[in-house]
Amino acid sequence: MSGFPKVENYFLPLNKIKATNLHFILNEKEVKPLPSEAETVLDYIRSVQNLKGTKIGCREGDCGACTILVGDLQDGSVRYRSMTSCLMPLVNAHGKHIVTVEGVNFPDRLNLVQQAMADSGATQCGFCTPGFVVSLAGYCLSNQDATKENAIAAIDGNICRCTGYKSIERATDIINEQLKGKNDPIEFVVKNKILPEYFSEIKEKLQQISEETKSLIEIIKRPEAANKFFVGGGTDLYVQRHGDMKEDNSFLFNRRELNFISKEKNTCFLGPAVTVSDLRTSEIITTAIPQFQNFSKLVSSTPIRNMATIAGNFVNASPIGDFSIFFLALDAQIELDSIEKKRTIPLRKFYKGYKQLDKTLDEIISRISFELPSKNTYLNFEKISKRTHLDIASVNTAICLNIENGIIQKAGLSAGGVGPIPMFLEKTSTYLQGKKINNDTISGAIETMKTEISPIGDVRGSAAYKTLLLEQLIKAHLMPLLNN
Amino acid sequence: MKNIDSYTHVRGESIYLDDIPLQAGTLFAAALDSPIAHGVIKKLDYTEAEKTEGIVRIFTYKDIPGKNQIGSIIPDEELFAETNVHFSGMPVALIVGISPEVLRIALKKIILEIEQLHPITDPREAQKKGELIMQPRTFRLGDVASAWKNCEYIIEGISEINGQEHLYIETQGAYAIPQESGALRVYSSTQGLTAVQSTIASVLNISMSNVEVDTTRLGGGFGGKEDQATAWAVLCSLAAYHLKRPVKYSLHRMEDMRMTGKRHPYSADFKIGLNKDLKILAFEATFYQNAGASADLSPAVMERTLFHCTNTYFIPNVTATAYSCKTNLPPNTAFRGFGGPQGMFVIEAAIAKAAECINVHAAEIQHKNLLKTGDEFPYGQLAESEAHECWKKADTLFHFEQMQKDIDDFNIQNKLTKKGMAIMPICFGISFTKTLLNQARSLVHVYIDGSIGVSTAAVEMGQGVNTKILQVAATIFSVPAERVKIFSTNTYRITNTSPTAASTAADLNGKATEIACNEILKRLKQVAAEELKVNATDIEIKDEYVWIGGKKTVLNWNNLVLLTYQKRVNLSELAHYTPQQIHFDATKEKGHPFTYHVYGTAAITATIDCLRGTYEIDAVKVVHDFGQSMNKMVDWGQCEGGIVQGIGWMTMEEIFYDTNGKLRSNALSTYKVPDIYSTPKEITIHPLETKKENLAIFQSKAVGEPPLMYGIGAYFALRNAIKAFNPTVNIPIDAPMTPEKVLMNLYDKINK
Repeated sequence: MSGFPKVENYFLPLNKIKATNLHFILNEKEVKPLPSEAETVLDYIRSVQNLKGTKIGCREGDCGACTILVGDLQDGSVRYRSMTSCLMPLVNAHGKHIVTVEGVNFPDRLNLVQQAMADSGATQCGFCTPGFVVSLAGYCLSNQDATKENAIAAIDGNICRCTGYKSIERATDIINEQLKGKNDPIEFVVKNKILPEYFSEIKEKLQQISEETKSLIEIIKRPEAANKFFVGGGTDLYVQRHGDMKEDNSFLFNRRELNFISKEKNTCFLGPAVTVSDLRTSEIITTAIPQFQNFSKLVSSTPIRNMATIAGNFVNASPIGDFSIFFLALDAQIELDSIEKKRTIPLRKFYKGYKQLDKTLDEIISRISFELPSKNTYLNFEKISKRTHLDIASVNTAICLNIENGIIQKAGLSAGGVGPIPMFLEKTSTYLQGKKINNDTISGAIETMKTEISPIGDVRGSAAYKTLLLEQLIKAHLMPLLNN
Repeated sequence: MKNIDSYTHVRGESIYLDDIPLQAGTLFAAALDSPIAHGVIKKLDYTEAEKTEGIVRIFTYKDIPGKNQIGSIIPDEELFAETNVHFSGMPVALIVGISPEVLRIALKKIILEIEQLHPITDPREAQKKGELIMQPRTFRLGDVASAWKNCEYIIEGISEINGQEHLYIETQGAYAIPQESGALRVYSSTQGLTAVQSTIASVLNISMSNVEVDTTRLGGGFGGKEDQATAWAVLCSLAAYHLKRPVKYSLHRMEDMRMTGKRHPYSADFKIGLNKDLKILAFEATFYQNAGASADLSPAVMERTLFHCTNTYFIPNVTATAYSCKTNLPPNTAFRGFGGPQGMFVIEAAIAKAAECINVHAAEIQHKNLLKTGDEFPYGQLAESEAHECWKKADTLFHFEQMQKDIDDFNIQNKLTKKGMAIMPICFGISFTKTLLNQARSLVHVYIDGSIGVSTAAVEMGQGVNTKILQVAATIFSVPAERVKIFSTNTYRITNTSPTAASTAADLNGKATEIACNEILKRLKQVAAEELKVNATDIEIKDEYVWIGGKKTVLNWNNLVLLTYQKRVNLSELAHYTPQQIHFDATKEKGHPFTYHVYGTAAITATIDCLRGTYEIDAVKVVHDFGQSMNKMVDWGQCEGGIVQGIGWMTMEEIFYDTNGKLRSNALSTYKVPDIYSTPKEITIHPLETKKENLAIFQSKAVGEPPLMYGIGAYFALRNAIKAFNPTVNIPIDAPMTPEKVLMNLYDKINK
């Protein structure tokens, strides 16, 4: 999948496909809506299909009441991931299996998840409940081991205001009991009557649709100037720019050729459609960066990670973009393509000012590359927010050190929330180079850091707090290395 | 018994406001609200907006046929701003069109120019300037002034308490459908149907009998839809009235957050005096309630702050004064606890500060001063106390001293991780403090096929009130639950409803249902007695059969119901219930306002990461006074949910208005409620299991609000953990305890 697609192929103008029907499976049936029928999958399932089980709670991916499952073919089998339908452009459903709560209902009885929720008193007002049910149904359909931790992670994007979650936790215990011996998940849930039988027919249907999908992509693979947005996962655009999303945009999410994680020698390449979850499940990443699971668990929630792309996080240019911060420390390079030209710049030179990028409107990040950590590399990511999970950082920071014989050979330190852009702390990084790690070095790094940040007070904390916090987080980065 | 809605909830088949099938021709509405917190409207021009394709009409105050007024306790709240705006988010106009999308486009075309005036956001500033919603009130017991001289310790302080966003997952909304002869049917996501009905009637200048309000259920309310659901229903009704077409408005989350009020922030001064035995002899408190721009329910909320200003303690000399301060924030409103939590926070803060000054554990002061039966509250009622019983049982089960010792040991062994613990005993009064609201009616129908339908004023919002009412009917008739259906709440079936609030809905509506069912049961027995030729007193109806003298007859429920109908005997009953014991004289601030109190004791432990300032709540262990719980699943669920909501209020939930009165925590991305990872690792709930008589339905005490206040303990547990790391820090009493405040206090002075 490391192929390097031609630049024309990035452009998917919606107006070319406005008159071309999309094609996907919604629960048990195939549907072919026009892209203009609804902006988001949420609006399509509620307003067009009249499936009211999927609820509207926030329209910004922060409550999970609208969670759906999205199934696609991966290595010959159907892989289901949860996503928030409020932030999912309808075109991104193309070629997929979309599952709403109605799609996990048996006609006359409750499924395993539903029965466990009901028996545990895990539903009170009920408004968030379908989201929980769908997320947990996705957990049953996943390859994950039936552990408490995995079950809870499956619902980390679902907010409940009534129960306090303890009854929901008890429901997951009941569910886990019944998932013992799960091997081939789809076969398992159908055989054990955990989910409706039609799930076993989806693979074949998706394969058929996949053929048609290809031809549709051929139709729309033509360059078109001045597209308004390149839409990746849409997880921020559909929050911040919702009103503008009716315009003709280019949608990258479904482009398989743009979704690659590859490795040449020690350099890792990421395609622009790579999501956070793709990274979390990539063997290349988990081998080279075993802590990546823990780092990325601090970033949004399972359904959002299933949609959000790394390139999107870069381009969004939020001063506290978690992956901008992470990859700044790693000194990632980004390749920018437009019809006229192609160039490569370091991510560290990408940010010019608040939400200002070194990128023209028609340029797209076509590839991200970075050196994978070696055995001499120390890599750490810290993020503090009001709520530990599914929150935006007050301050986040990453550090990448190459250490030989106790001396820092190369240092990359980045921090978010302390300036108008995701900051590479150049002075502090330079300061660290050539130093031994001891308390003096830590103090010196903190003093240097204070000369290059300019935090402002806002809803995520006062300037004084952010300064103190970054100071503490630099300690958190470096203290584990003391006495080594 | 499970919540009766469980089956449809988990299948996504329960119907909420936004799921009601739309009638053909339905239009959509959205409010244009003021972006300025305080100012004079200079220009409102919507000519371009009205020309937008799909826009049907734009309404302002000029289109109101009745009164431009929606204030419930005090008529001080305009539906639409006329000349001045008083808070950012105040509706100025209503735009109506064929789809929600066209509204979004057209709203941008409305020109609204406002000349900005100085906005007040601080209640103390408002009080100084005389900006008050109403006259201040003072509760007095004993003589504080002469008590100070007997005190060994006198401690004073200031306490700041922030508000709380309700964050019901279902936003506010309404759907109004015109009926014949100028009447309206209005679906409203409201806790208070009569408020909606009467306000629509007065704004439109029509009679209440022409307004049918119907509510099936809410996707969460927590007080946020007690008074503040009204505006949206009125707006839809106004448009439906003029346009003769159905009009729906389901608010976007950000509209909801910026336009609606929240739990009241308070600022308070306190002074507490103790003798050398740690008995609290005197307590003085002045509360500055941040009411927002109009009264809403603030006077009643303020009153409950005073009622609960001594929490669960007996203090012989008390003077507590409260000011309801008018500011330029959205009108703050009811929220689970209704001012009680703020009152209780201040006395707990006073005790915590006293403990720190005297150098004893706060629990020692708390325990020494718990209410005993017969002790007098500052408002004159005598306590029927379970305070000592709850504390004692909790101590026996959880071993407070050992818990503290384990924490002390942990803190000695760990440098960068510290633990803290707090005990939080509670006492919460049950009843509407406005005595007249303590009344309810229930309409029970038995159909000729033996099925039963019950209508009450209670609104189901997840708290399980419909389940409990169903249990009442099924128990009295001795039939399976499947025979009973709880109907939607509807002003055409039940009149003059009190809101579903103050934890009272199960008691008031349950007891009315009990009376109605008993009345029908009496008639059924009479018919059975005549049929079986015995005395009615010998008849028992049990398990769907008629029994005589302990022996089952052949006459079953279905046949008995049919027979009753055939004999032309009434199978319906409308019953009325009001508790007789309660009264309150506001001129003296004395009386017996509560039918009973709910007690409990919680132990809360927390762990702080002292490097990063982050924390976890480890455990909340509770002994709670349920009376005799009639539904364990519902009651335990209310307890757990209340605790976590209370912890959220005290920890991560931070309302943030800037100095211009603009809400900055205006979305779920900037206002954080507990998620599954931040819920306490352990919540243990034990019932007190008292056999004492009480006035609750089936002796099962009200449970909606009281558990929220256990969450207050989280604040003090965190405070104690901070002190374990930084013993000399003087931590300002300022809730919530966000990670920011934790870190700043951990390194206060150490850094300097």
